[in-house]
Amino acid sequence: MPASASDPYDLAVIGAGCAGLAGAVAAAGHGLSVALLDASPQTGGQFYRHPAPALGAARPEALHHDWPAFAALRRRLERSDVRQLSGHHVWAVTKEDGDLWAVHAATGADGADERPVRVRARAVLLATGAYERQLPFPGWTLPGVVGAGGAQAMLKSGLVLPGRRIVVAGSGPLLLAVASSLAAAGAQVPAVIEASGYQGYARHPRVLAANPRKLAEAAVHGAALLRHRVRLRTRSAVTEVHGTDRVSAVTVTRLDRDWRPVRGTGRRIACDALAVGHGLVPQIELATALGCATRTTADGTLALALDGLQETSVRGLWAAGETGGVGGAELARAEGELAGLAAAVRLHGHPVHGGRVRELRRRRDRMRAFAEAMAVSHAPAAGWTGWLTDDTDVCRCEEVTAGRIREAVTDLGARDAHTVKLLTRAGMGWCQGRMCGTAAACLAAGGGAAEPPAERRPFAVPVPLSALASPDEPTGSRPDAAPPVDD
Amino acid sequence: MARTPAELAGAHPGASFEITMDGRPVPALPGQSVAAALWSAGILAWRTTRTTGRPRGAFCGIGQCYDCLATINGEPNRRACLVPARPGDVITTQEGHGHARIGV
Ligand code: FES
Repeated sequence: MPASASDPYDLAVIGAGCAGLAGAVAAAGHGLSVALLDASPQTGGQFYRHPAPALGAARPEALHHDWPAFAALRRRLERSDVRQLSGHHVWAVTKEDGDLWAVHAATGADGADERPVRVRARAVLLATGAYERQLPFPGWTLPGVVGAGGAQAMLKSGLVLPGRRIVVAGSGPLLLAVASSLAAAGAQVPAVIEASGYQGYARHPRVLAANPRKLAEAAVHGAALLRHRVRLRTRSAVTEVHGTDRVSAVTVTRLDRDWRPVRGTGRRIACDALAVGHGLVPQIELATALGCATRTTADGTLALALDGLQETSVRGLWAAGETGGVGGAELARAEGELAGLAAAVRLHGHPVHGGRVRELRRRRDRMRAFAEAMAVSHAPAAGWTGWLTDDTDVCRCEEVTAGRIREAVTDLGARDAHTVKLLTRAGMGWCQGRMCGTAAACLAAGGGAAEPPAERRPFAVPVPLSALASPDEPTGSRPDAAPPVDD
Repeated sequence: MARTPAELAGAHPGASFEITMDGRPVPALPGQSVAAALWSAGILAWRTTRTTGRPRGAFCGIGQCYDCLATINGEPNRRACLVPARPGDVITTQEGHGHARIGV
């Protein structure tokens, strides 16, 4: 902790998931003063999201994979001097006079408290994770259709399910994890519908052999699905949801290699909920607002371009975990530690034990290779737009339909998501395009290669007007004055 | 084999309390968000959209999609998936925009 309350921290870590926790404890372990900010009341991020203490869960680990890894990080955090700032919704990072960073946060359970906070630090580690990528289909706005990650998040934190009989659909390895936890928690899961095949993995035998833990994890989920009699249907998608005020069934259709629905193959499955998602999108707007360089990942999202020690193209700003490309919890831990060590070397000039850095880099490269192979195998192919009807909502917030977006493209000449947005308001609502960005970009490309959406937003989270009116009030340069956080 | 999430996690929560959804009493457990309490009562929608008046509830579950906006104790545009339920909370269906209170 800084010597006096008005001193800046050495390092501000944004996000208390796997990457942020590992980074914070590594940096603190090497003598840095560290502030760890997170929007949630508890540490763990999305992967280790768990019930509030008041729910009295004696076995939170039953909902998780590899809980001991998290428990160990949490113990190290408790023993460290890291200043934990929970309930802090970071909406911007800016440069202050001199070489200091200012991290601006709204406070409270949903960021609605009146007191904004500013935390100053000499370096920043972004560990903001990812959110779920969604592709629209007819009926996907009906109550009972929830994100696959959303269903899992609500289960892990609130011990609730959206229904009794839940179809899981979309693409990517998360679906298997979601289906097995829903089933373990008592839901009936008639089927997991995966748009890709799993053959893609076979093209990377060396990468698979180098990552036995990942294969074991897949086997655990596979066995759970068998035990719960969950059927896995590959190369298929939910192409329609039925029901008037809520889900009563879905139609599942076979897809060709390009994800185009094959006519006449639709089959109805009765269910009262659908959990759906098509992979994850790195959450990087705090960095893109500062001009950090990005790269397009193997499955067509934007991630931060990082150097060998996790630094972004902006000096003093590090990133770890999903912000550098989606790769899972174990990779996030390795990258977080690497970034924390790199920041310690830079700020204190301490030589860090080189052997540890080399080992972390080796592990990171091995797991990154696996993540790339996985991303290629589940990347959405362009034919998915074949299941949209003209009146399918693409933008959930502004209720902009596929028909209106196609009109903007064919009649008005829009060629990219940005122009589509200006012409139709798709992506201009509450979520700022997080839910429709990928779809709008695909439709704008009109069958050609879609540019990933820019992941640029004026604010990373909505800000109470009161906070904008007085952004420079020194509320948070003294972090000890941070308001207490509800939990 | 577990039949409920609470059984799976070995949960022994404190005594449940009451909130209301459009006047209907709904039980909530300490530590649950407003959205979680509504889900456990089988309520999946608590907002109608601005343009077409369609029902919506929680979708992303993590504060990103804003589909779960609710009017909580008279305050519109609260994200029900993030706000913890408190005894006596009055939740009402949010119609359209509520009134804008947030700058983006
Ligand atoms: S469910 Fe998405 S913001 Fe609450």
